Amino acid sequence: MSLRCAVVGSGNIGSDLIRKLERSELLIPSLLVGVDPESDGLKRARAAGIEATHEGVQVLLDRADEFDVVFEATSAHVHTLNAPRYLEAGLFALDLTPAAVGPYVVPAVNLDLVAGQRNLNMVTCGGQATVPMVAAISRVTTVEYAEIVSTISSRAAGPGTRANIDEFTETTSDALVKVGGAKRGKAIIVLNPANPPIMMRNTVFAAVDANVDPQAIIDSVNEMVAAVQAYVPGYELVSEPQIDRGAGPRGTTKVSIFLRVAGAGDYLPAYAGNLDIITAASIAAAERHAILTGHTPAGLTLAAGARAATKERI
Amino acid sequence: MTSTHTDITYREPMASPVVGADDVAAPLAGRDILVCDTTLRDGAHSVAHQFRAADVRAIAGGLDAAGVNVIEVTHGDGLGGSSFNYGFSAEDDIDLITAARGVIKNAKLAALLLPGIGTLDDLKRAHDAGIDVVRVATHCTEADISLEHLHGAKKLGLETVGFLMMSHMVGPNRLATEAEIMRDAGADTVYVVDSAGAMLPHQVVERVEAVRARLGDDMLIGMHAHNNLGSGVANALAAAAAGVSIVDGSLHGLGAGAGNAATEVLAAALDRSGARTSVHTLELIDVAEDIVAEICKGKLPKLDRGSLLLGYAGIYSSFLLHTRRAAARYGVSEAEILLELGRRRVVGGQEDMIIDVAIELAGIQLPD
Repeated sequence: MSLRCAVVGSGNIGSDLIRKLERSELLIPSLLVGVDPESDGLKRARAAGIEATHEGVQVLLDRADEFDVVFEATSAHVHTLNAPRYLEAGLFALDLTPAAVGPYVVPAVNLDLVAGQRNLNMVTCGGQATVPMVAAISRVTTVEYAEIVSTISSRAAGPGTRANIDEFTETTSDALVKVGGAKRGKAIIVLNPANPPIMMRNTVFAAVDANVDPQAIIDSVNEMVAAVQAYVPGYELVSEPQIDRGAGPRGTTKVSIFLRVAGAGDYLPAYAGNLDIITAASIAAAERHAILTGHTPAGLTLAAGARAATKERI
Repeated sequence: MTSTHTDITYREPMASPVVGADDVAAPLAGRDILVCDTTLRDGAHSVAHQFRAADVRAIAGGLDAAGVNVIEVTHGDGLGGSSFNYGFSAEDDIDLITAARGVIKNAKLAALLLPGIGTLDDLKRAHDAGIDVVRVATHCTEADISLEHLHGAKKLGLETVGFLMMSHMVGPNRLATEAEIMRDAGADTVYVVDSAGAMLPHQVVERVEAVRARLGDDMLIGMHAHNNLGSGVANALAAAAAGVSIVDGSLHGLGAGAGNAATEVLAAALDRSGARTSVHTLELIDVAEDIVAEICKGKLPKLDRGSLLLGYAGIYSSFLLHTRRAAARYGVSEAEILLELGRRRVVGGQEDMIIDVAIELAGIQLPD
């Protein structure tokens, strides 16, 4: 039996989640919650035969026993209000806002955190793209400082991102340290209005131990890229990681990694890799929760279930 | 909104020490023009953000004594700009702002903030260090990412400027729409910013007129000009004639690319155009020559091939020195990097793409 999932928020993120839930073997899209009866997302969900309401989160809370997982795709402010209500209602919450009520989960790095938590935060799109690279470096050497630059197409930046750009930079910086393992972190976001729209780009810079073995970093990064590709197929290195001895502050070695993220084209076009990477990561977290709670499709072993869940997206 | 600069003492334009000033009709006769100097912010690009507190005291003190109205002090890419991507500062922004605060008596002290790079927390620290004005800068189509910072600045009691970078990339009407967003979010002044030094006087005039028509004559409008096509001062003058009431410059033209309109040249040109300012032109010329040229010896901007190509291709001026370094590191042509960046339509802040392009031009492939 699959996990019954509710998505709160019927904007771009919520709509993309619904499409990905439809494809999962471990998860079922059971309800989409919005507040605007005219929402395109609600109409699309209904057309696909999925229950949708514009009457807000109370509809979900009143029938909480019909659902297992809730994806929050609203705003940090709304999630801060909703989080204790989900907990009380016994729902497992995956938070795609920058509210950071629960600990950060970045599937390629710390998916095991899913066990034993009831509320997990998905960091930010830029965090999902870059934290794995910082973690890949910090597992082979000390990262004194990590800095990331995420450039996204203006068209892929919704009103929530635009109104709260500081939340993006602050939450991402925090995750570079807490999940990536850097001693200090800094995040930068740039919006580019070019037409045709640019693909999401992410650059990771790190100041590391002067005597690091460059090959160890390159091997670790390649391994991590493969781990992310398991749930975000459009994630790739643009070039080989650049390692410059002595080019960082105080004689540290500078590592530069250039990444591109193409979206799966579920709800928005492929250029919106920023949307895809955070929804794909939250699906991966929910699927791990499904497996850990024994919701594996009949006939599949635990490990096979996990593979089946990710394979079809590759 | 004009109430934000009520305490200025304007003086009548100075006659040229050499030539009679009454031999031509003066296009700015009777106009009061404010001067903002950004030597210690945009000019920081020329010295790779290595200004020290002592430099700030010398330059800001000189600017203040010479009657400049606004003095901007920050990393070239604004608060929080110190980074791998934009270059690490020699000293923290807050220490430099504190140094300027200690010597400025009359001018207003400003900081730059680019949402996405700096945050409201950075702004609060700058406020605590004594800034009077914050200039919130976005790409010319992305004004709506400045709202939380403009609102936050107003709550702190700061004077606010909305700074529309790369204004050459949109037409006058769209620029006016973005200016309106910033005005509605609480910007006391909005700026047409030619970050790429890509505009000529007629394009500046079209944009200033469109913004003015949309926002009305009571709105303060500013112009920030770069010199990549050799028209920095001419663009500032054209903007003033079209209704701008504050113009940016930097001493000796320090700044990204071929640099900004030089403040001391601007002061002289404003005099010769009949404008009233509070600047003592001859004193300002001395500050440029005796202080800035000394501190920045060997680093003064030039209108060379690289900076000309920035203006010609419409590329963010700050890319110049980063491009020069990447060209040397990867053994590829500076000009080719710049032209490829133009083709990719990169915008301000995307300095990481310079290395990306250099790697591509160097033919470094991913191993199979």
